[in-house]
Amino acid sequence: MSVATSTPIKGSVQRRLVLQLIFVALILTVLFVLAVRLVGERIAQSAQDSALFAAAASIASSMHSDNGELQLDLPHSAFAMLEAISEDSIFYRVSVGSRTVTGDDELSVITPASPLAERAYATEEFRGEPVRILTVPRALDVEGVFTNVSITLAHTRQGFHSTVSQIQSIATGVGIGFFIVSVALCLLASQSALKPLKSLVNAIERRGPEDLRPVNREVPSEVAPLITALNSFIVRLSGSLDKAEEFIAEAAHRIRTPMALVQTNAEIALRFAETSKSRGKIREIIVAARESSRSASQLLDHATVAFRAENPQLAPISLSELIERSISRFFPIAEMKGITLTVSPTKSNVIVAVDSLLMQSAIGNVLDNAIKYSESDTTVDISYGVLNDYGFINISDQGPGFSDGDIKHATELFFRGKKTESTEGTGLGLKIVSDALNVHNGRLEITKNGERGSCVSLQLPLHS
Amino acid sequence: MRVIAAAIAFLTSFGWAQAFEIEDQKFYGFEDSKDVVKIISTSDIEIFEPLLLAFVNKYPSVGVDYTVASSQQVFKAVYDEQAEFDLVISSAMDLQMKIANDNLARQHISEATQRLPEGAKWRDRVFAFTYETAVFLISRSAFHQSEVPLSRRALVELVRQNTDRFSGRIGTYDIRISGLGYLLATQDSLSSQTYWRLTEVFGLAGTRLYCCSADMIRDVEQGRLAFAYNVLDSYALRKVAEGKPNVQIVEFSDFQTSIMRTALIPKNVKNEEAAEAMLDFLVTLADRPNLALSTGMNPIIEGEPKSKKLLSSVTLGPSLLVFLDSMKRSDFVNSWVSSMRIWQESN
Repeated sequence: MSVATSTPIKGSVQRRLVLQLIFVALILTVLFVLAVRLVGERIAQSAQDSALFAAAASIASSMHSDNGELQLDLPHSAFAMLEAISEDSIFYRVSVGSRTVTGDDELSVITPASPLAERAYATEEFRGEPVRILTVPRALDVEGVFTNVSITLAHTRQGFHSTVSQIQSIATGVGIGFFIVSVALCLLASQSALKPLKSLVNAIERRGPEDLRPVNREVPSEVAPLITALNSFIVRLSGSLDKAEEFIAEAAHRIRTPMALVQTNAEIALRFAETSKSRGKIREIIVAARESSRSASQLLDHATVAFRAENPQLAPISLSELIERSISRFFPIAEMKGITLTVSPTKSNVIVAVDSLLMQSAIGNVLDNAIKYSESDTTVDISYGVLNDYGFINISDQGPGFSDGDIKHATELFFRGKKTESTEGTGLGLKIVSDALNVHNGRLEITKNGERGSCVSLQLPLHS
Repeated sequence: MRVIAAAIAFLTSFGWAQAFEIEDQKFYGFEDSKDVVKIISTSDIEIFEPLLLAFVNKYPSVGVDYTVASSQQVFKAVYDEQAEFDLVISSAMDLQMKIANDNLARQHISEATQRLPEGAKWRDRVFAFTYETAVFLISRSAFHQSEVPLSRRALVELVRQNTDRFSGRIGTYDIRISGLGYLLATQDSLSSQTYWRLTEVFGLAGTRLYCCSADMIRDVEQGRLAFAYNVLDSYALRKVAEGKPNVQIVEFSDFQTSIMRTALIPKNVKNEEAAEAMLDFLVTLADRPNLALSTGMNPIIEGEPKSKKLLSSVTLGPSLLVFLDSMKRSDFVNSWVSSMRIWQESN
């Protein structure tokens, strides 16, 4: 619609909806990946720590005292256990105080936070690599003397990091998948959410320009206030349109009656006029009164067409009957102007289903125009028949005709042809014709009638 | 540093000097070559020569400086003294593992090393390229064919019942001086309790202790030994292949310990590129069957050892470090010495 293109547009509900949903999905995805990574790290760490503790406990249980000396038979199973978990280096140290009993005396002993704690962990660098260190303090009875022994075990972090990165890559993969699915769902959801709005727009766009019925569709609750507002606007609009039409019809009626009186009295006065000057003036009054009453009739016609168009009374009627009803009132005027009206059928008994009053107005307006713009001693011919499944009524005159440019605009309200500028007129005539034909799905064609004059063709679908 | 101190103390107590000692050295390729890869290895030159010649043939611009030392000396050179070598080859897997565990070996990842089966490489720092099985080698003349023992249990029974016949005619590694002997003994002790009973009967009968496989094979072949326990298969095989009818390999049915010869690139490598080329050359020995045959080595082939018999394969991993613990080691050696009744011998 031409109105829509000029509507200032700011943003899009769908785009905003999609962007916000995608933003939420992105945040959820990142949170998910981070959470899984954190949990993964904790689990991997606790797995490494438990394995270290099991190995250290196994070492602790293999300690014994022999001749007052601490003895340790390093258990193969302790190392085999750690070896089975991951490909990582193992370092160990068994110490009493600061004295190393066996193992790597460069390895730091971790002091537990509380003296009662049965283990202490730390992550440090050792021999150029990060290691997880565990110290398990044990009290050992060496010949009746309690000795505090520390078993310290360290494991490099390769297995830990590979577990974490595996978990992370799985989490990232799942996250990316989740995000892609979310985006697709966002698009679908936003489309389906806006579907009722789109179908509503379509329904309103499809309406004809005269259709001022309230919108009566089932709409989502969010759209309902908009429709209520629109409907109340339509009611007010059609109310004021009705009032305007009523006002025009009333005004036309009020003008026509006095004008007829003015015309009759002026004609009587003309007979008694003595000077040619006063006769001229009186003729001008007659022409002006006739024109005014004609305009008033056309306004009335237009109001009638507009009113009846909303609720046409269709009934089958033959074209000859329709023409007969339309032209009877024009014979006196034609005779007065010295114009011959002829009816020439090309086919008899052509039946169309029309609102007779509407079509009489239409034909009357064409005839009125034809007679008005024709000079004396010319003929206005009304022919009818069938062409391509349409019944036609062609009204041809020998008046000034339309120029090529005029034909295009002939049916616009208040348009008047260039060659008629010297004659009085309202420009309502062909608008009435075109509106009446639209009601019947008919067509209006205006062509040149040879060198002089024009041919107005009213075409109506045949009654089946 | 206590471990190292203990190791040095241990080594010096057996009369070795502070600096590591080498047994042999040879250069391959052009003498004036600037691109030299320095190898320290426990494998004898005569065994390794075909491999080195093939390598020099493939890389003519590279010279190979090949040094032979005992496994303890190789470890001492690389771990304690951090001597400049580009590649370290040893069959003492535990000592190689110690170097790799303590972050003194360089990581190397190549298409060739990727093909190694699990357990044949560790942290991409130490790589196995051949495996050798410790076998029971007998002198045919010392046994009736019917009494050849097929398991350790049978061997224990045989020796127990014929102590006099085998007295002084049993050979095995002296685990106090042979790193390989120590490794085989400790792995045997992990695999089966029979090991200590075997040591007991060996001690009762009286056993000759050796530093090296070659000497044991020679004595078996010459009939001085009735049998040798835990002889590495590749040496033994070569002797048999050379047609010495008096030597017979017996494969025990209970289990056979197999160890792997490993290589690593030390952290202070000078010629890294050549070292990596050599390492890749070694681990792809399976691709050169003729060379494998001429050296008598069993290359590590994509997971499949040649013999599918009950092989108790020692795989690479830090659990090998357990028996390197100074306390554990002295306990083990003490138990072994007392089982072997070595005090009697020295009396």
